[in-house]
Amino acid sequence: MATTEQPARHVGARVPRKEDPAMVTGQARYTDDLTVPGMLWVAFVRSPFAHATIKGIDTSAAKAADGVVDVFTGADLADDFAAPIVCAWPIVDDIKIPEHWPLTKDKARYAGDKVAMVVADTRAGAKDAAELVEVDYDPLPAVTDIELALADGAPILHDDLGTNLSMTWRHSEHSPVPARGKPEDVFPAADVVIKEKYRIQRAVPNAIEPRSIIVEPSPAQGEFTMWSATQIPHIVRTVLTLMTGVPEAKLRVIAPAVGGGFGSKLQVYGEEALLLVGSRKLGRALKWTEERQEAFVATTHGRDVVQEVELAADRDGTLRGVKVRIVCSMGAYMQLLTPGIPLLGAWLYGGAYESDAYDLEINGVFTNTTPTDAYRGAGRPEATYCIERAMDALARELDMDPAELRRKNFVPADAFPNHTIVSGLIVDSGDYHASLDRLLEALDYEGLRAEQKARRERGDNRLLGIGLSTYLEMCGLAPSRVAGAIKLVCGLWEAAQVRVMPTGTVQVMVGVTATGQGHATTFSQLVADQLGVEIDDVEIIAGDTKQMALGMDTYGSRSLAVGGIALHLAGEKVVAKARAIAANALECAEDDLEYDTGTFTVKGTDKTMHVKEAAFAAWTAHALPDGMEPGLEATHVYDPPNFSWPAGAHGCVVSVDTETGEVDIERYVAVDDCGVVVNPAVVEGQVQGGVAQGIAEALYEEAVYDEEGNLSNGSMTSYLVPTAAEIPPIETHHTVTPSPTNPLGVKGIGEAGTIASPPAVINAVIDALSGLGVTDVQRPATPQNVWRAIEEARQ
Amino acid sequence: MRRTTLTVNGVRHELDVEPRELLVLALRDHLGLTGTNIGCDTSSCGACTIHMDGQSVKSCTVLAVQADGAEITTIEGLASNGEMHPMQSAFNEHHALQCGYCTPGMIMAAVGLLQENPNPTENEIRSDLEGNLCRCTGYHNIVKAVRAVAAG
Repeated sequence: MATTEQPARHVGARVPRKEDPAMVTGQARYTDDLTVPGMLWVAFVRSPFAHATIKGIDTSAAKAADGVVDVFTGADLADDFAAPIVCAWPIVDDIKIPEHWPLTKDKARYAGDKVAMVVADTRAGAKDAAELVEVDYDPLPAVTDIELALADGAPILHDDLGTNLSMTWRHSEHSPVPARGKPEDVFPAADVVIKEKYRIQRAVPNAIEPRSIIVEPSPAQGEFTMWSATQIPHIVRTVLTLMTGVPEAKLRVIAPAVGGGFGSKLQVYGEEALLLVGSRKLGRALKWTEERQEAFVATTHGRDVVQEVELAADRDGTLRGVKVRIVCSMGAYMQLLTPGIPLLGAWLYGGAYESDAYDLEINGVFTNTTPTDAYRGAGRPEATYCIERAMDALARELDMDPAELRRKNFVPADAFPNHTIVSGLIVDSGDYHASLDRLLEALDYEGLRAEQKARRERGDNRLLGIGLSTYLEMCGLAPSRVAGAIKLVCGLWEAAQVRVMPTGTVQVMVGVTATGQGHATTFSQLVADQLGVEIDDVEIIAGDTKQMALGMDTYGSRSLAVGGIALHLAGEKVVAKARAIAANALECAEDDLEYDTGTFTVKGTDKTMHVKEAAFAAWTAHALPDGMEPGLEATHVYDPPNFSWPAGAHGCVVSVDTETGEVDIERYVAVDDCGVVVNPAVVEGQVQGGVAQGIAEALYEEAVYDEEGNLSNGSMTSYLVPTAAEIPPIETHHTVTPSPTNPLGVKGIGEAGTIASPPAVINAVIDALSGLGVTDVQRPATPQNVWRAIEEARQ
Repeated sequence: MRRTTLTVNGVRHELDVEPRELLVLALRDHLGLTGTNIGCDTSSCGACTIHMDGQSVKSCTVLAVQADGAEITTIEGLASNGEMHPMQSAFNEHHALQCGYCTPGMIMAAVGLLQENPNPTENEIRSDLEGNLCRCTGYHNIVKAVRAVAAG
């Protein structure tokens, strides 16, 4: 039967998510919801000291406790590991990466460092027994502050390294692409040079689902199945093979429903390796679920960077050069990508602006703190914060409007496609003036400036501030050759497989795993249009290394811009094969067929064949073209030729109470250009959530360590994850400049909100107070920090 | 162990629980009702919100033995006759969830909110949901969904 009616297009439509019915009814299955027969529970003994020599561990009382199956120390498991925890991004040749074992043996180097693992028959029993493990600690002085860690006489975390400085990376020395020019050729003759220093406080990602892991062994086959709340099941599989010697083909890693990640689950954790090794040793299934206060110290943190920036400019505001030095906390050890996180921003400290010279130096430092790694945006929020704060400082220095200064320096739209920015990378497309114009119109910028002036003139103690952030970011990570050139040990391609079943439904296997992004819906929209099927006829299978062996997983806003392209190109192969089947069946040349949304039509006739019919023909294989394999399916592995480059303009309007220091966000407006939009609802949701996380960093959240190295606000009662009462409504707008790099024209949106928003908020606070002489405020801009900034300016 | 009677989603259960067992673990581990999630250990996040005798409560702050004799509704019991509760449908329609982990608790809290205040303002919705954390949505669409249900 021929299908002649064309279904409506799904790409670009606000399709309600397929994921939701299970999630809103409590049927979604997260790792902690799962149970395996005969499963035992694990609890970890963690150091209460930030820095201490371990003189001895007595596990006898714990081992004797009711229901305890075994207790392991680092020494007990010395022969069970083939390698320590893997750091996959040694960004310079002389980087110092200390040995990092899942259970530390000699010293505890942060409060939360794992010392022993207890296995018992119940959750509570394991936890009780963990308290019976007696560890003889000899406390040492600790250092948690980045700058103090580099000072003479600072406590050294890793004695064998002899220093807390892990590495120094310089753009001028290490970037595979050169900058347009050198700062030393520009700064001495510049009309104006500004120097600023910013501190980006440490943040705790706080996905609402804590981590959870189950490992079930099949001892007779030597096989293991792991369920883990992870963003990266494929990378977990490969790295755990390296660490434990379990062959990759014998290790299946499943990420079931995952309750948010934000980079904190872009990791191969010691706990995953320990459960695998423990289950191999005991021949029993093991489960561990993190508690929230444990998560505060045990799951990676983000940010914790000090930045020194200099901008050179002409008197008329033309930007001439950007020079930056940053020092980043690695925490106590390197995790999977720790040293590479600042590198993800290393070409972005020049922002969306033209200039003549660029250099950046990155220093990585060990401190007695939880290891840092990716947190939503990873390196790019830091770069964006730096340049967007500095542009406002330059505008103040030149007495220019900050919008005007930005407009004057934007890379112009006619420079695209494929413009080489000052740091040397090639940006695909963009129209930064259009985003800013749209923002200023949506804000009524002129009206706001008038209101600001009026409030100042009448001596209002609630001053109005307008903050702008016109960001440029790179995502769609990444061309594998580039990854190699900057010393990441893996490639960053992505894979997809499309299989049209005999009855016309479509199975899609993708290598990217969702942690809330709506992949199942977005990918179904793509497939539905490409193959002319209904969205509900598409089944998206992901997050299981046995069902989809190929994949590089989810981070860096890559799911659509890399995974979606792999899917599109696999679909193109399916269409090409269906075309050959249709031409054979309709007795015409392939070129005589027109194709539209699933249906092949012989030009100038009413003879048609649908992809579904081709799939049935491919299954029966009764009358396929000579030599054609039965079945209608294809795989594509896509290695992107470039990054994708979202950009946009965010504006924040605040009232700041000059007496209390309280900041009230009156409006937040986001204009984002993520290229072609597949599902506007999903895109807006990503922006709103990302902006909320950025507002949280700007105003509320900070991981605070005391002098002894304890995380003093390590629970949700004291670390302020904002609620609906704190986060304002977020207005979203879009401009669209399709990426010329990929056939869908998409760019990525997962991190843009978090990248853009912190400087928009802080610039607004400073803008409100600039009349009082305030030029800086410490993040987070709590009432206390704002009040202090006002008092300091008054003195 | 203490014998405890819970009527959950209309079904009466008799359980033997340790006196220190939290209600949320009794629901999850004993009754297999894993829709109610655990997000923290300090009663801060609200992922475990359920209804107990008609009130929305955080089931991590209640001991199972304290709930002896109570009528409990969890997210699994909110739909009736196979039809989603209007709040569940509104969350889907307004894209009020992403990872879905806070969602059962958020929906139970939102239903409780409207039972007490059927016509809340946006500010009332925002302050009444203060006990429930979401890390994905920025709350924007959650507030929209609750407003839509209130408007009928």
